[in-house]
Amino acid sequence: MNPALSVIFFTTASGAGYGMLVTLGLAALLGQLPQHLWFSLVTMVVALGLITAGLLSSTFHLGHPERAWRAFSQWRSSWLSREGIMAVATYMPALGFGLAWAFPNLITVPQGIVGVGAALFALGTIYTTAMIYRSLKPIHQWHNKHVVGCYLVLGVMTGAVFVLALSSLFGQRIVYLTPICGLLLAAGLSVKWLYWAFIDSTTASSTPASAVGLSGPNVKVTSVEWPHTEANYVMKEMGFQVARKHATRLRQIAIWAGFLLPAIALETSILLPADLGTWLTIPAALVMAIGIVAERWLFFAQAKHTVTLYYGAGTA
Amino acid sequence: MAFSAPIEDDGVNTSPHVSDEVKTTTCYMCACRCGIKVHLQNGKVRYIEGNRDHPVNKGILCGKGAAGIMQHYSPARLRKPLKRVGERGAGEYQEIEWDEALSIAIGWLANIRATDPKKLAFFTGRDQSQSLTGWWAKQFGTPNYAAHGGFCSVNMATAGIYSIGGSFWEFGEPDWEHTKYFMMFGVAEDHDSNPIKIGLGKLKGRGAKFVSVNPAQTGYSAIADEWIGIRPGTDGLFVLAIIHELLKSGSVDLEYLIRYTNAPWLVIDAPGTADDGMIARDPDGNPLCWDQKTKTPINALMAEVAPALRGNFDINGKRAVPAFQLMAERYLDAAYAPHAVADRCGLPAATIKRIAAELAHVAFAQQIELPIAWTDWAGRKHDKMIGRPVAMHAMRGISAHTNGFHTCRSIHLLQMLLGSIDVPGGFRYKPPYPRPIPPGPKPAGKNGAQPNQPLGGMPLGFVTAPEDLLLDAQGQPIRIDKAYSWDHPIASHGLMHMVISNAVNADPYPIDTLFMYMANMAWNSSMNTAQTIDMLTAKNADGSYKIPHIIYSDAYFSETVAYADLIFPDTTYLERWDCISLLDRPISDADAAGDAIRQPVMAPDRDVRAFQTVLLDLGARLKLPGMVDEDGAPKYPGGYPDYIVNHERAPGIGPLAGWRGDGTQQGHGAPNAAQLDNYIENGCFWRGEIPHDARYYKMANASYLAWSKQMGFIPKAEQIVLQIYSEPLQRFRNAARGHGAVQPPDKDRARIDKYFDPLPIWYAPFEEAAIDPKQYPLHALTQRPMHHYHSWGSQNAWLRQITAQNRLFMHRETAAAQNITDDDWVWITSHVGRVKAQVKLVNGVNKDTVWTWNAIGKRKGSWALKPDAPESTRAFLLNHVISDRLPNSLQSNSDPVTGQAAWFDVRVKVERAADHEQNDAGHTFGALNPPPGIVTGPDVLQYDAGHREAAE
Amino acid sequence: MTSLPAKTDKKLGLVIDLDTCVGCQACVTNCKEWNTSGHMAPLTDLMAYGAEADGVWFNRVHTYEVAGHEACGASSSRTMHFPRSCLHCEKPDCVTVCPTGASYKRASDGIVLVNEDLCIGCKLCSWACPYGAREFDVFEGVMKKCTLCVDRIYNENLAEEDRVPACVLTCPTSARHFGDLGDPNSDVSKLVKARGGADLMPELGYQPTNKYLPPRARKDTAAAMPAPELKPIATDGLLGWVDRLLSR
Repeated sequence: MNPALSVIFFTTASGAGYGMLVTLGLAALLGQLPQHLWFSLVTMVVALGLITAGLLSSTFHLGHPERAWRAFSQWRSSWLSREGIMAVATYMPALGFGLAWAFPNLITVPQGIVGVGAALFALGTIYTTAMIYRSLKPIHQWHNKHVVGCYLVLGVMTGAVFVLALSSLFGQRIVYLTPICGLLLAAGLSVKWLYWAFIDSTTASSTPASAVGLSGPNVKVTSVEWPHTEANYVMKEMGFQVARKHATRLRQIAIWAGFLLPAIALETSILLPADLGTWLTIPAALVMAIGIVAERWLFFAQAKHTVTLYYGAGTA
Repeated sequence: MAFSAPIEDDGVNTSPHVSDEVKTTTCYMCACRCGIKVHLQNGKVRYIEGNRDHPVNKGILCGKGAAGIMQHYSPARLRKPLKRVGERGAGEYQEIEWDEALSIAIGWLANIRATDPKKLAFFTGRDQSQSLTGWWAKQFGTPNYAAHGGFCSVNMATAGIYSIGGSFWEFGEPDWEHTKYFMMFGVAEDHDSNPIKIGLGKLKGRGAKFVSVNPAQTGYSAIADEWIGIRPGTDGLFVLAIIHELLKSGSVDLEYLIRYTNAPWLVIDAPGTADDGMIARDPDGNPLCWDQKTKTPINALMAEVAPALRGNFDINGKRAVPAFQLMAERYLDAAYAPHAVADRCGLPAATIKRIAAELAHVAFAQQIELPIAWTDWAGRKHDKMIGRPVAMHAMRGISAHTNGFHTCRSIHLLQMLLGSIDVPGGFRYKPPYPRPIPPGPKPAGKNGAQPNQPLGGMPLGFVTAPEDLLLDAQGQPIRIDKAYSWDHPIASHGLMHMVISNAVNADPYPIDTLFMYMANMAWNSSMNTAQTIDMLTAKNADGSYKIPHIIYSDAYFSETVAYADLIFPDTTYLERWDCISLLDRPISDADAAGDAIRQPVMAPDRDVRAFQTVLLDLGARLKLPGMVDEDGAPKYPGGYPDYIVNHERAPGIGPLAGWRGDGTQQGHGAPNAAQLDNYIENGCFWRGEIPHDARYYKMANASYLAWSKQMGFIPKAEQIVLQIYSEPLQRFRNAARGHGAVQPPDKDRARIDKYFDPLPIWYAPFEEAAIDPKQYPLHALTQRPMHHYHSWGSQNAWLRQITAQNRLFMHRETAAAQNITDDDWVWITSHVGRVKAQVKLVNGVNKDTVWTWNAIGKRKGSWALKPDAPESTRAFLLNHVISDRLPNSLQSNSDPVTGQAAWFDVRVKVERAADHEQNDAGHTFGALNPPPGIVTGPDVLQYDAGHREAAE
Repeated sequence: MTSLPAKTDKKLGLVIDLDTCVGCQACVTNCKEWNTSGHMAPLTDLMAYGAEADGVWFNRVHTYEVAGHEACGASSSRTMHFPRSCLHCEKPDCVTVCPTGASYKRASDGIVLVNEDLCIGCKLCSWACPYGAREFDVFEGVMKKCTLCVDRIYNENLAEEDRVPACVLTCPTSARHFGDLGDPNSDVSKLVKARGGADLMPELGYQPTNKYLPPRARKDTAAAMPAPELKPIATDGLLGWVDRLLSR
């Protein structure tokens, strides 16, 4: 599938933003959230900013963004509609939580309760986003039980590391968050590893033969001529191919930058003197972001659509 | 039974307005001439569909026809007459008014006509108005005229006309309703394609067996019940091997041969004499056969003769043998046995034997009978029509070879042996065929071209003897293309492909003006394009062009426009009158004569004029006879439509056969002023049904022959005897052997002797014999794609989205042996040059053959396409590696009998291009500049004839 | 409403005969010309005169080679031309994934359509279609697809015999058929039964309405078309057998 930057940005940025809300909400519930005006304001702006930027990015890439409000209507059948509703709905507990956290004297609603609400809505939004992909039958690399787990874990993981970095930046480092981030990074790498093992070892049940309605154990169908010699919308959107060498390199980047280096940096930061260790969390977060962008790019680029079976792909 | 609109309540309008107006006319996206209905809305073309009532396409329409909108609105349309102001090819033009353009042309043409008319070479390309243009050339007085048949399929046409008085192409058709076995040779999408598609659909539905003999497996061959991936140029050998099998097993229709062919005619066997190989005749010139009852020679044309088909007989002291025996002896020879030809054909011997067995089985064991009573030429009544339900069709795949004439003759011989010509289930003639073999007239121009005089007859015709050749007193060719000379004796359609090089080489002489219509000679209609372009721009020592003047007419900015000095812009097909005439390319079918018109559906929005009207205007200004009346005023002031209605080629015979006289006469009758209105009312076509009992055995059917004479197709209602043995060829052979007043030059004797064999022969294509097969191991072919028509289609905004680049299709195994993998760029090299292409590896192709779609490659800047269009960066023209001469020779790369351009003889090697060359086709031709007013099409094209407007 | 109708009154669709399609592209261009001024007008073409020409089409014809099927007969493979367009599935995910209700399936005849006015151009429906039947009009910002000529099949401005999808009417070899696949007695249903009409990618569960008739077995062996082997005729000398008293 075409790895459009707008969609990659949308899922990674908003995923991180929602993950931050989950981290913050659970921290609030456990009473571990530092009270610091700038920390809370900046963190909320970053979280909501990432979410909003991601949503705006995907909205402005619509053919008709001015009609985007219509997307709330088909929640009975459409995961995209549900995601739209969840995304908008999440703003309420998120803003409520943000205000309650930044201005505890003004807003007397218990942070923990609103925070959990925000966390649940955030998780729900990530879930509905993941389900958009997971529910697409023509794309074997998305239509499997790994995808939802990946989105949820990676969302929470990236959000947690961002919160850790921001807390360090404002000298409000949430100490116990460090080992939790370590666990989340390990979990992230695990679900991703299982996902890659799955897509490397399996293909869609559809074949070029079933695509043209022919059955039989020995039937083989190969493409001689496309219906058009230049690429059309369908092939531009769904015919993207990434070379094996390129994909392997990107996976290495994703593994190291997205998971291993941040984990090493975070665990090292525990052993180092406090200030130095604190400052390690920031580059860890940035490197992780690069790695997760690579991971997300591959999530799209290595996804194969059954329509490619019509255009010469042997498998999908 | 249509469905009625349901109540859905989704706001969809299920009965929208379709169009303001519907006009019928004839499509011109190719030469099939289907009837179309053009829907107009808001003055724009809304939709083009097939006309259900039209006999050719019966309501369907192909991929090209349905893209007519984009052909009509093409940005490549020429807008105004042009004069070249820079060098040829530089693309510097000046728009001029029609008066000036015509005056310039008249200046050149009048001068030519007054001094030496043959200095005008007038050649037309893919048009359909040869009866007008040929007549115009005749009235002008130049023999240098032809259409494009010489490089298209003259082998097909001529072999048929000299064998059976008709031909494949669009002049005959299989009996789609009744045939049980249809065999097709060398046919891709081609003229008359929609009736073939309709017919194949019927055959598949009925379960008749369809065999396709073609090196490639696409298109029609994809749905064939049997695909025979033959080696190019060997179809004749395959057919002769089938004939061998049939003769050996006695599976031939002797009765049919005796009744309808010249099989029983006696052939004189007297080597060394002038009569050798000639038909023995009585003092009245009638052919003789040997009557077994009376044991004497007797007029073979009489009825109730029981002729011998074998034996030696003495005719006035000369030995004579029935033609049948000569034929059978030849093909019974072991040299034609299936196992002897299998390797060369690339087919298993078992397949050849099996096909022969199937043909025999269907023809004889599955014969059919139609309960139609009929009377034959001798007055004998038959109560039914017996049919041998085997039908055949062949086209360019067998024609475009140096052995194409004889190959096509072989196929006709096969049909005659099976008794399947114009019988139920077999090959059927379409009127005006069958015609006498060969039909008159002879080509005119024998007395050279006299100043200010018309020719004695039409420039093209059918020769039967060396005396008919167009040679001057020194024995040199009279025509610029050397048609009807010892170089190309039976060149019935001329040799358009030799005109430019002969003119530039002043061989036989230089010309003054080359006048062309719809012929893209500076690109895809030439062999060795680079050389052709060089020749068009070749100059004498004094700096003048070797071809002093070039006039070109076309509707679009093609590659050739840049090389013309004067350009007459033509209309699109929706803006013109035309007639699709029984005098040249009618739309008859096997059960009816038919002709058609085009009517203007839209008025042109630019300063263009229909070429035929311009031609008549030029003729009137030149005061050509027939184009001015006695006072010197134009005879057809109304232009082409005026000519169509009022011209009489012979008394009562005009371009259109329908609604003549008072409107009720057909075939002949006085001009009828309302004729075009009648055609329009009837959907722009006329159909004159053949009487019910006259539709089969046309060559021997009294009712048909009478009808045909009455329609003016044949001079006399006499049997047309099919020719297994072609005597005219023997006359040329005898001349080569030293007999007769007109003989070939010594250097040509051996060639004429060998190839003017009165019975079909097979020989390897000339290029194969002249190259080292190890150096050029592969055959290279082109096929026409279903959705393009030569160069016209790939400028079309819709059609080019389907194909903007052509691949070289190559067999996987052949490629693997050379380490060529799929999508590689390769060099295709022949003895004349090389060209780069991107491969596509397939299974469905003869292993020794590579092929591609024709005419996709375009020159940068032409056709109003952007310079980065794939047509000029990644597509390629195979033409660049095809030569008009044989390797290391001045001899034309043409069939020795007809001069047909041998496109498909080319032999190549294919090698993977170097790594740094694996990118594009490496075009070296410079970009062409467009004429004023022509800009490339828009980046965003949103064609809508009015749906949105109506909705708002 | 992008929830699917529980059932539809009719199941209108196409039957495409892969044994009769010669790849002529007639259905492709006829569809284009009908629809560019029709229900989803215009069918935008980008760069139609340059490189990377990219237009909206509802019907595409591919060329394949098939091996290992009875259609190949004695050859190692068989070329097969293959038209591809919306199959008007019974369980089309392209409808259920649409967030705005622009993509919908009619309850009366089962035709799947796009309501251009509601479409926000998110393209998710084209991702959900396994067959690549939907093409996005970049210029208009909305998704477009085969309408089963809903503006022809009931159109009272057309003669009854012309109330058929443009692609069906124009097909020169009669390889395309139109009718109610939900009616077991319809011509199309009988055709499907007689020829073993198949679904494309049935494993995905979309239950396409359109059916494809597989190419029939070739008849290129002696077994397929029994014709007695030709045996040399007994002769006394060459051509002895032609000595028959046949008269002209």
